[in-house]
Amino acid sequence: MTNTNPARANERKLTIARAMAEATAQQMRLDPTVFVMGEDIGEFGGIYGNTRGLIAEFGAERVRDTPISETAFIGAAVGAAQDGMRPIVELMFVDFFGVCFDAIYNLMAKNTYFAGGSFRVPMVLMTSTGGGYSDGGQHSQCVYGTFAHLPGMKVVAPSNAYDAKGLMTAAIRDDNPVVFMYHKGLQGMGWLGTVPGATNHVPEESYTVEIGKAAIARPGKDVTIVSLGIGVHQALEAAKRVAEHGIDAEVVDLRSLVPLDRETIRASVAKTGRLIVVDEDYHSYGVSGEVIASVVEHDLSVLKAAPVRIAYPDVPIPFARVMEQFCLPNADKIVAAIETMLGRQTVGEPS
Amino acid sequence: MTPSREQKLWMYEKMLVSRRFEEAIETIYLEGKKPVFNMAKGPIPGEMHLSNGQEPCAVGVCAHLEPSDVVTATHRPHHQAIAKGIDLKRMAAEIFGKATGLSGGRGGHMHLFDPAVNFACSGIIAQGMGPAVGAALSRKMQGKPGVAIAYIGEGAVNQGAFHEALNLAAVWKLPVVFVVEDNAWGISVSKAASTAVPENHVRAEAYGMPGHLVRDNDPYEIFATAGKAIAAARNGEGPSLIEIETMRLAGHFMGDAETYRPKGEKDGLTLRDPISRMRARLIADGDADEATLDRIEEAAQAEVDEAIAFARNSPDPDPADALTSVFV
Ligand SMILES: Cc1ncc(C[n+]2csc(CCOP(=O)(O)OP(=O)(O)O)c2C)c(N)n1
Repeated sequence: MTNTNPARANERKLTIARAMAEATAQQMRLDPTVFVMGEDIGEFGGIYGNTRGLIAEFGAERVRDTPISETAFIGAAVGAAQDGMRPIVELMFVDFFGVCFDAIYNLMAKNTYFAGGSFRVPMVLMTSTGGGYSDGGQHSQCVYGTFAHLPGMKVVAPSNAYDAKGLMTAAIRDDNPVVFMYHKGLQGMGWLGTVPGATNHVPEESYTVEIGKAAIARPGKDVTIVSLGIGVHQALEAAKRVAEHGIDAEVVDLRSLVPLDRETIRASVAKTGRLIVVDEDYHSYGVSGEVIASVVEHDLSVLKAAPVRIAYPDVPIPFARVMEQFCLPNADKIVAAIETMLGRQTVGEPS
Repeated sequence: MTPSREQKLWMYEKMLVSRRFEEAIETIYLEGKKPVFNMAKGPIPGEMHLSNGQEPCAVGVCAHLEPSDVVTATHRPHHQAIAKGIDLKRMAAEIFGKATGLSGGRGGHMHLFDPAVNFACSGIIAQGMGPAVGAALSRKMQGKPGVAIAYIGEGAVNQGAFHEALNLAAVWKLPVVFVVEDNAWGISVSKAASTAVPENHVRAEAYGMPGHLVRDNDPYEIFATAGKAIAAARNGEGPSLIEIETMRLAGHFMGDAETYRPKGEKDGLTLRDPISRMRARLIADGDADEATLDRIEEAAQAEVDEAIAFARNSPDPDPADALTSVFV
């Protein structure tokens, strides 16, 4: 079944980390071909908690700590997937894709096509994204656009635990490779701080969230804010703030980058006439440009204002807190963009 | 090759500076992170990898280096940076993310760069291997003297870059020495769980270069072995690899609960702390008396205090400076 999260009081809430682990455990119980490989995913439970408890239940044969050999174990996942297994592999930080991208984009993403569909590569590559906690420029990137740009792999990036579980379940069951990009700032790890909205109600039973379907995180009529991952929470915060001034913002949570739900984006902008895209990935050549292109190449006439993107400037990510925070998207920047777009006079004059 | 008395005292002093520096960093790192540990908070945010226990690897090798020699280091770089002679004040300021830091706050603790002593480090495993080979190649092509040292952890020998760099250095007979600090753990994964090769120095042979093993974190043995390897590199005899059995006294990063480490393993390690061992040895061998070592202690502490004060009192960078320095 495909769901959007029903908000119910007094029901079980999970972090994204726990939701991912639960989805994985449920699929491992059902399907003996599902197994997990990665660095520190065994006893440690994953640096970001998303494999916690798995080794206790399934043992070291199916929950495999690997050497620091990403090219080998991601390549191995491709081979195992083609041979009837359903591997889930973890790339600890997406920034590390540099050492193993060949296995990802030249093998995992292309073999199905090269084989004319005669080989399947049903695997999940899960990887952490994002900064904001001063981890420096090799441990803070998102590179959503880089992955989404290259054909042959589905790419998802949940903003909350409900979607994380549903997308993870869908990803494991999918016969195609799926890159599951989880944001560190949403993960629910005590030592990192977590945006509260990311931890939400997660049903115990298995369910899927359809890959390729965006969600309306907040309906509105004046301006559309499209985002993903942590940006959704910043957009919701901004929407709440401008609502006090009578501006009704709609927030679209992409959830999937590939396939991209262009229909939902277009329908929203057709309604509001205004588009702001919030993306923690680098500004140029990325998700934000793609979202805007999806609208303008389809129907320019729906726009009442030039679209705006709030993304990471095209510089490596600095360590110093003040510099990093200066660069990151945040609710203040979104509020300012909304005010500029709608005309400042709107602000402070509730309609 | 045994270190002279002067070299021994230099090694001891640098080990102490490194240890005292990390003790200071450890305390300050926890500021703002109590009672709830949140990596993003406090005067030093982000990940923090301490090198305490591993100091002998730094001093035993760097004792043979000139400022013009090149060192590439890892995510755990403080001891190596200090032994290489990095500007401690500006290194501290960089770790605090201050404008006066080595990179004006752009790099942080995993990205320390000091051209004055040809030191660089980075956060991706085995990433320094290629650049060390390249520095050695450059020296050879330019006919300039100098060696390059690539420091890595034992976890890094399972990374492709390690093997490619070894082969390249050997086939081109480059003046580079690869130093593997074997602290037995790659985060939570033990050496035994990550390779079927019990000792990593044997891998050198596969690429046609000598491999050496130094046991028990012994600074004098490291000095002797590194001395030979570096001299050979300087003499045009090509690269070599040194594996050093060392120890990680702290967690992988600060905040690591280390539940994966067998009970009692660390108690044994603390007893073999290289700093107290070296102090006892200097006295037993008649190389120094208590008073001399106390003076070295005091000087080390003073140097660290000065660097930390400099870092604390330095201004934050201008936030908009984040947009500069992408290109020169
Ligand atoms: C390519 C890559 N993979 C994974 C990591 C995450 N990581 C950081 S340190 C580390 C362990 C490194 O172990 P080792 O090389 O032995 O050095 P140590 O941390 O023990 O000093 C890992 C897996 C990384 N930084 N780069």
